[in-house]
Amino acid sequence: MIAPDNKEMVNITLNGIEVEVPNGINAVEAAALHGKEVPHYCYHPKLSVAGNCRMCLVEMGTPMRDRASGEPILDEDGTPKIGWVPKPVIGCATNITPGMHLRTESDLVNECREGIMEFLLVNHPLDCPICDQAGECRLQEFATDYGRGYSRYVERKNVKPKRTRLGPRVTLDDERCILCSRCIRFSQEVAKDDVLGFVDRGSFSTLTCFPGKELANNYSLNTVDICPVGALTSTDFRFKMRVWFLKESKSVCTESSAGCNTLVSSREGTIQRITPRRNDQVNDTWMTDSGRELYKLVKAKSRIRRPSFQGSDLPLDDAISQAFEALKNKKIGVVASCHSSLEEQFLIKRLVEETGAKVFIRGHFGEDDGILLSADRTPNLRGALVAGLTNHYPSDHLNDLNESLADGHVEALLVIGEDLKDSGVNEDNLRKVPLVFLGTHQNSTSDCAEVVLPGLTVFEKSGSLINRSFFLQSFDQAIPCPAGLMTDFKILARLIDLFSEDSIAPSELDQIWEALSSSENSVLKGITFLKIKKGAIQLDESKWEHLSFVEKEALHYLPTGVIAS
Amino acid sequence: MSVSTPKERRIILKHADDPNYSNRIGCYLREGGYENLKKAFSMQPGEVGEEVLKSGVRGRGGAGFPAGMKWKFLDRKSGKPIYLICNADESEPGTFKDRQIMYKDPHQLIEGMMITAFAIGAKQAFIYIRAEFHEGARILERAISEAKKAGFCGNNILDSEYSCDLVVHRGAGAYICGEETGLIESLEGKRPNPRIKPPYFPAVLGLYQCPTIVNNVETLCNVRHIIGMGGEEFSKIGKPNNTGTRIWCVSGQVMKPGYYEFECGSLTLGQLIFDVCGGLRPGRSLKAVIPGGSSAKVLRADERFSGTLKDGTEFDWGLEDIPLDFDGPMAAGSMSGSGGIIVMDDTVDIVEAMANVNAFYAHESCGQCTPCREGSLWMRKISQRMCSGGAREEDADLLLSVAKQIEGRTICAFGEAAAWPTQSFVTKFKEDFIRKATDSPKERDPKSLQLI
Repeated sequence: MIAPDNKEMVNITLNGIEVEVPNGINAVEAAALHGKEVPHYCYHPKLSVAGNCRMCLVEMGTPMRDRASGEPILDEDGTPKIGWVPKPVIGCATNITPGMHLRTESDLVNECREGIMEFLLVNHPLDCPICDQAGECRLQEFATDYGRGYSRYVERKNVKPKRTRLGPRVTLDDERCILCSRCIRFSQEVAKDDVLGFVDRGSFSTLTCFPGKELANNYSLNTVDICPVGALTSTDFRFKMRVWFLKESKSVCTESSAGCNTLVSSREGTIQRITPRRNDQVNDTWMTDSGRELYKLVKAKSRIRRPSFQGSDLPLDDAISQAFEALKNKKIGVVASCHSSLEEQFLIKRLVEETGAKVFIRGHFGEDDGILLSADRTPNLRGALVAGLTNHYPSDHLNDLNESLADGHVEALLVIGEDLKDSGVNEDNLRKVPLVFLGTHQNSTSDCAEVVLPGLTVFEKSGSLINRSFFLQSFDQAIPCPAGLMTDFKILARLIDLFSEDSIAPSELDQIWEALSSSENSVLKGITFLKIKKGAIQLDESKWEHLSFVEKEALHYLPTGVIAS
Repeated sequence: MSVSTPKERRIILKHADDPNYSNRIGCYLREGGYENLKKAFSMQPGEVGEEVLKSGVRGRGGAGFPAGMKWKFLDRKSGKPIYLICNADESEPGTFKDRQIMYKDPHQLIEGMMITAFAIGAKQAFIYIRAEFHEGARILERAISEAKKAGFCGNNILDSEYSCDLVVHRGAGAYICGEETGLIESLEGKRPNPRIKPPYFPAVLGLYQCPTIVNNVETLCNVRHIIGMGGEEFSKIGKPNNTGTRIWCVSGQVMKPGYYEFECGSLTLGQLIFDVCGGLRPGRSLKAVIPGGSSAKVLRADERFSGTLKDGTEFDWGLEDIPLDFDGPMAAGSMSGSGGIIVMDDTVDIVEAMANVNAFYAHESCGQCTPCREGSLWMRKISQRMCSGGAREEDADLLLSVAKQIEGRTICAFGEAAAWPTQSFVTKFKEDFIRKATDSPKERDPKSLQLI
């Protein structure tokens, strides 16, 4: 955070080679831009600089100038004389100035790294064989890259508690802690919940919660992510899986419209954990704890795993046919969802056009925490707007659906995932019409349904979502779907095909995107799915500026009408 | 006492041991107290600063940085309030000079601080006093209230419409609070973790991120005398670049340990030990001297020091020839530091002495940065093992290597403070360390003093 937001490029000399870097960024980042790793523990690009690990020591010098005249002092060969700082400096707190000289590969620098590595390991338990961090541990990595490779330490190691509960989700192994203070700074600066600190001093310093407090905020697991060693562990993930077995897939958190970028780690079709993926425009390197729990929905008891018709299981193809039978030749109502992907919403729109159905859509709202849990608790409300499912801002009830059901304007209903209980829809009204439910989990509405079509969770399919800042972001399938099922938009495409006599609905992502991006007036014009996969795309939001979105000012988000200070 | 040994020149401690003098304001006023404050207030603040700069007075806390220069670094453009802090966290082992001043002549410090506050434009001043000086804190508080009542401190000082409040803040017993940025953190109510420099230079981003001057007790007292006699006159005391007097705190195996105030450079280490302090105990010989508090490098009795001084003169000294000022011990490869001179005779087990020093630094390391946190404890563990019968021949080199890995790589100067003693002890007394491994019994003598 010390580095200013500055795009001015300046020349520096890095290990004797002149390179160009942005002015004012720190030496760690500057070296990284040119492929030189400056190892570090306490420095984190999204936190303040503490400078305590001393791992990023480098040599720094500046061209010498004559005090009186201000003229550069030249060497005998005519090159500017460099005034090297006699002691090594920490790269994280050394901001680039024009003409600066840096050495990240000298003998002194290597010696410093060896020394720091040795110090960090003298009181480290070296319990890698049972440590969750093993495989993604900076201590392991840097010990291999920069350490001596042998130990000179023959004294007794310090002994500290091995399993301190810091909060409901975080367990601390004190012995492994290298006291880098990342977790403390995160709690103060990002989570704004200052509960962590060190007690005792010297090598006996210990991380702890303040008396009577615990690390219970909804961002506590980020401390586990940024812990460079195995000290802070996720109570959920602890001792579950060696990380090198994990397959990582890029995904997007569906908890709210914040749209945190995530990595879903799975092994053999089972998700083991969700961690944030850095995106400097959306979530930096953070996500909520509650968002990490969502993978548990995949194997939840209430998960719908089989298609059914009037309570009995049947093959998916037959269920789709039954759904068509239930809906055809009726005035259809479609309850669309802000949880659906943009591609699914596009096909629902197709279905609506094909059948002349009436669309109902409901928003889900909660408290805005001003960070990464936004008031809109659906991931893709803006997708519904972009897909043209609605022109209005969805409200939190479906009273008009209730009326339509009561007065017979809707004679059959297709519900996408939504639970209509508490939405203003009377259950008796609901039971009057044939109901087709397409969703992932059983709820009071699926219980009323004549046909139940199982949907897939975000982890079992690919697609895209539009977050609160109108960033279009894609998510990849992380794990295979349950046997015999298929992705939601394929089901929708089949259904459309049954209604439509003369055309075939697009049923592959590329085909859907071909259709989505071909419309002249669409904000999606020219976009392909591959492009989204390469990085979030900022959409033009001006069409919807008049809507009063519920989100409050938060990390990387300013509501429309608020002028950035 | 030999003929050549000069007399003490007491400026700061002038009344310290006067039986007719107490730490109350009456005594202070009787002896001309607060007259210099009046003089300072008749000048422009900038002029006061100029006088201090002219005097050449160097910081008495340990580093010896020119005080007037320090004030010049103050960021006056930011528009933020300026703070003055008196560093009274005197914790360097072997040092006990500030304590004498605060206990025996506290008004001198208050006057010096008010003059300084006026010069730098501070509206709030603090005395950060170490926790162990309970009595000192009470004395200072009483003195401050006396000074406030008399109009020398607080609101509307000397009816000048200039106000500066002064409060005493008691530490909680940590050596690291003597490091100025650690002190500032502590004063802000946090753990005294020293700050990284850059960017947190106190003169720019100090207390509450405002420009702050931190000066030692003795330095601030000197300010009072500088104004009294004028910077020019003060600079004539002592030697060029080593102006004023210094209080030397002599401890260890001499006949008359204590504090002695001399003009800078007016006597040698030998004169201080053998004449002023009455020499060693009968039958003993000198083994080593630590010249500036425990973090200064130890000097060996039979060492020769030679080289060229800053002014170009060549020197070739034995231990006893080292002149007592800022530059003398520095030229001998150590430092005058806080003026704590620790004398060790031939009965001292040098490895145990080092173990003692190492134990202190391991205990006092704040634990913020890696080299100091882990290195100081490691050195302590090695030296304790060596003293407990487990010494190995390679330990000497290991200690040197560990110390080298600390020095120059830490956030604050504590790294050097912890590394220098070990480096100097091991280098200069290597045979003692080898002998520990080869000749010593494999167990510690149960009758010997307990290791700390």
